[in-house]
Formats: sequence, structure tokens, C-alpha cells
Amino acid sequence: MADVPLSPTRSAAAKAGGASAWTRLQTNRNWLGLWFMLPAAGFLILFLAYPLGLGVWLSFTDSRIGRPGEFIGFENYAWLWGDDVFWLSVFNTLLYTTVASVLKFAIGLYLALLLNRHMRFKAIIRAVVLIPFIVPTVLSAVAFWWIFDTQFSIITWMLQGLGLIDHQINWLGDSTMARASVIFANIWRGVPFIAITLLAGLQTVPGSLYEAATIDGATRWQLFRFITYPLLTPIIAVVMTFSVLFTFTDFQLIWVLTRGGPFNATHLMATLSYQRAILGGNLGEGAAIATAMIPFLLAAIMFSWFGLQRRKWQSGGSDD
Amino acid sequence: MTDARTSTSRMAVTVEQADATEGMDYLETRGRRLVNLWLPLGVIMVVLLFPFYWMGLTAVKPDGELIDLDGTFPLWTWNPTLKHITTLLFETDYPVWLWNTMMVSVGATFLSLIASIGAAYAIVRIRYRGAQWVGGLIFLAYLVPPSILFIPLAMIIVQYGLFDTPFALILTYPTILIPFSTWLLMGYFKTIPYELEECALIDGATRWQILIKIILPLAIPGLISSFIFCFTLCWNEFIYALVFISDASNKTVPVAIVTNFTDGDIFRWGSIMAGALIGSLPLVILYAFFVEHYVAAMTGAVKE
Repeated sequence: MADVPLSPTRSAAAKAGGASAWTRLQTNRNWLGLWFMLPAAGFLILFLAYPLGLGVWLSFTDSRIGRPGEFIGFENYAWLWGDDVFWLSVFNTLLYTTVASVLKFAIGLYLALLLNRHMRFKAIIRAVVLIPFIVPTVLSAVAFWWIFDTQFSIITWMLQGLGLIDHQINWLGDSTMARASVIFANIWRGVPFIAITLLAGLQTVPGSLYEAATIDGATRWQLFRFITYPLLTPIIAVVMTFSVLFTFTDFQLIWVLTRGGPFNATHLMATLSYQRAILGGNLGEGAAIATAMIPFLLAAIMFSWFGLQRRKWQSGGSDD
Repeated sequence: MTDARTSTSRMAVTVEQADATEGMDYLETRGRRLVNLWLPLGVIMVVLLFPFYWMGLTAVKPDGELIDLDGTFPLWTWNPTLKHITTLLFETDYPVWLWNTMMVSVGATFLSLIASIGAAYAIVRIRYRGAQWVGGLIFLAYLVPPSILFIPLAMIIVQYGLFDTPFALILTYPTILIPFSTWLLMGYFKTIPYELEECALIDGATRWQILIKIILPLAIPGLISSFIFCFTLCWNEFIYALVFISDASNKTVPVAIVTNFTDGDIFRWGSIMAGALIGSLPLVILYAFFVEHYVAAMTGAVKE
């Protein structure tokens, strides 16, 4: 706010002196802003806004790889409406997102609460917890691919050693197990991010609140429910919005572990659109699947954003 | 309630020694602490780290032991071998893939930093008409996932003649990075006092000089944070690299590991794991040096 008064004087001086167009381009606030914005705007318009629009347009055409398509109206969508595999992928995506997000949140919050305690080697433990998030998803997914191997799975070996099972488990080959396995891998990768960001939120909660409440006789659960949770809600809203968003549009983990199989049981909308558009060559149909994700994404963002924001008002937080 | 009573009696004894930062943790006995804190923490840490241990172990195990879980104890090896790693480095294109990944990541990160420094400065400090709206739009751009963009983007890449070149990735990655780093840098720029800029303006500095000589030196922690985060995101990117690159010599590590390591039906697990391990090392080393910046970047962007 402080430099606001500078601008009218400067532009007034420029007008009074009958400044050339060139000086105006250099000093006028709006033109100056435009120059500074140019590189970022260029990238985002060329490679983000334009493709977004083009994607929606493509979904109304019958484009194939190497052949520009023609406008065919809602034909792609009509076709998808009757396609069982598409609906299966919608179901899978919703299942994957819901289960993984809920568990990631629960475990992440628990881990954050643990890490917030006073303990020895705190810094090292916190640094180590974040490693699964640092390592590229594909590379850790490759490790899970080997861990979930049909014949040489170390988990099967451990479970057999403990006497819990007596046969091989087909981790990625059986529909239910494959779903559980990819969800597990997703949770494994997502928990550190949630835990560390929530920890940053927890550290801003003043300890005196807990002390005061304890003197008033609050139980541990009450401490959490009436102090930690309300103060943490804003950051939970943001973190969970991101988490839901990235889980919903996940591609790499599934592609490495199962490529959508067995029998499309783990196909998400993103992997299905890749399969149909790039491998199958039906760009229009793939684009329609990708476009169909947008309403779900908006709904997910609205839900986690407004759902959690309202609780913030209810619990008497500031209404900003 | 018995809990509360016993702890109050102990409070009188220990309150003097209690560290101010310790909070109320001293109210807990050692045994309870073991069960409530160290046990669950230990379990979670083991689960989080086990895949890396398994990755590392597989990378140094002889082939025979890899596919024989019953003959030898699989969680350890007494005959470590560097065979997988040497095969990887000298008999495959792995060094080329590492180089490609490095080049693409550095290129895309620098482009994004330049673009987002300009954008963040303009939004926060020049405050042209509509700056608030543009800030909001950039945040929305962060929410647009690559998995709904790759199909049209592939067409555009082909049209521009960029298909199967590193530029296909160097020019598209910034769309993922710019929204994030602009948002992060806006936060840092806001903390720099206006008075510094006003003085410089009075002394006749242009906006450009102010940005280069005053703002950027003061925002170095922010620049490091966003550099590290952008670099990590680039290294991590998969779907664009999978779709826009087809020639083996142009691939990045994540894509090559998944697509180029199978001889027909035989998976060369040793080499795959060695590749995954070596591919993660640059990021882990970078992370080890800049943990604080990394966490600041992650939480900073979320808090804004």
C-alpha cells in the first residue's frame, strides 16, 4: 500500500511533461506489469490454457493420431455413456480417491501428532519421514512393483514365515488385491506430505492452550477435538484439496504397477484416457474421458474446500 | 481422571526441570511414552523406509538369490555384488537418461524461475490493474492436472515440431512449475519492506534494477526453496515424458526405467532397482543439504 501515492504523481508528471509513448511504456504501472508478466503468461497461455480449451474441443471431434477430426457433437460422450469399461474406471477412480484420501489423512494426522511431540532425534526423524515424498513416484512405484511380484514377493514370504498364509498371494493379478495394493502404494507415498504440512500447522498452536485446558480437566480427546482440530482446519482444507486432486488424477503409480489391469480393475480415468488416446489412437475419445474428469475435479475441490471451511466458522474461527 | 491426579502430583516435582519447549510431555511416564510414541512411530518409519531398503538390497544381490526366497534368508545378503550397477552404467543407456533428466530439469526449472520471479514481482509490487485476479488465476492453474492436458498438448507439440526433442519437456514442464513457484515467491516478496523500494525509486532506480539489485538478493531463501521444489517436480514428472518422447536416447530416467528394462518377459530386477536407486540419489542428496528450504517450500505454498 505504501507506494500507492508514488504512482499518481509520477503519471501526472509524465502527462504534464508530454512524455513520449516510450517513457509511458516504461513507467506506467499497467504496462510495466504486463512486461513483467509476459514470460509467465506466455507459458501458461500457450501450454496450459490453450491445450485445456483444445482438449474440450477435441472431445467433440473424431480425431485420431495423424488425422485431424471433424466435429461430431456429443457422439464420444454418448459412446462412453454406454461403455462399461468407462464406468468401471469412474468407479475405480472414486474408490481409489476416497479410500486413499481418507486413510492418508488419518495416518498423516496421526503421524503429525506423533512428530509434534518432544523427543530425541526430532530433526532427523522428521527429515527421514519425508523421503518417500522426495523420491520420484515412478522409482518408488518400481520398488513396489518388485515387492508385489507374483512369485518373489517379500511380503508373501514374510506372511508365510509368520504362518499367516500358506499359499502365494497374487498381489497385482487379483482384482481386489490389485486395488488394495495400488491404494497402499498411494497412501505410502502421500502420508509424508500430509504429515509434514500438518506438522507445520501444529507447530503454530500455542502450548499454553493445552496447558490451560489440562488444568480445566480436559481429556486427551477433548484437547484434540476442541483445540488442535479447530485451529488446524484451514490447513487441513488446503492439504486435503491438493491430496484429493492429485489422487484423483493419478497416472504414474497405476501405470507402473498394473497398467489398469487385471481386467481393468485398476483402470483410473487418467490411465484409460491414455490407453484410448495414445495407445489406441482415438484422440477424441481419450479427450472426452479427460474432459469428463473436470466436473468430478471441480466437485472434489468444492467439497474439500467449502466443506472444511464451514466447520472453521462453526468452531468460532475467524471468518476470513 | 486417575491419570490427571497422579500427573498433577508429579508435576510439582518435575516442573522446575521442565524445558519450556517440552510442553506437557513430561506428564507422561516412560512406559506410556514407549507405547504411545515410539512404538507407532517405529512401525510407521519401518513401513515408510522398507521399500528403499528392499530396493538397495535387490540392487546388490546376486541374481540367484533374487529368485530364491527359500534357499537363503532374503532380508540380507552375504555375497553383495556390483554386477547390476556396472551393467546399468556401462551396458545400457542409463548415463544418457540421467543426463537427459538433468538437462530437462535444469532447463525447465530456470525458465520457470525467470517467469515466476517476473510474475510474482508484478503481482505483489507493481500491482497493475487486475493483479489480484491474475494471482487467483495462477493459483487455479496450479489445480489443472497434467493428466487432463497431455492429449491436446501432444497435438500441439507435434504441430510445433517439438515431438521427441528435449524441448518438448523443457517448454511444457514450466506449466506445472510456474503456478507453484509464483505463489511461493509472492509470499517471500510480500515480506520485503516497501521502504527499500521507495528509497531506490527516489534515487532513480528503474523497476528492473530494483528487482535485480534489491528484491532478489533479499529473497534468496525463497529462490532456493522454489528451485529445489521445481527441480524435484521435474525429476518426478512422468506422463509428459512418456507421451512426448519416443526415441530411447531422448528418454528421462523415470520413463526409461519402466519401459526399457525388460527383455521380453524377463525383468532384470537387479538392474531396475539399481536404476531406481541411482535415479533417486540426486534428489535425496539435494534434499539432505536443503531440508529446511524444502519443508519451507512445501508448507509455505500451502499456507498462503
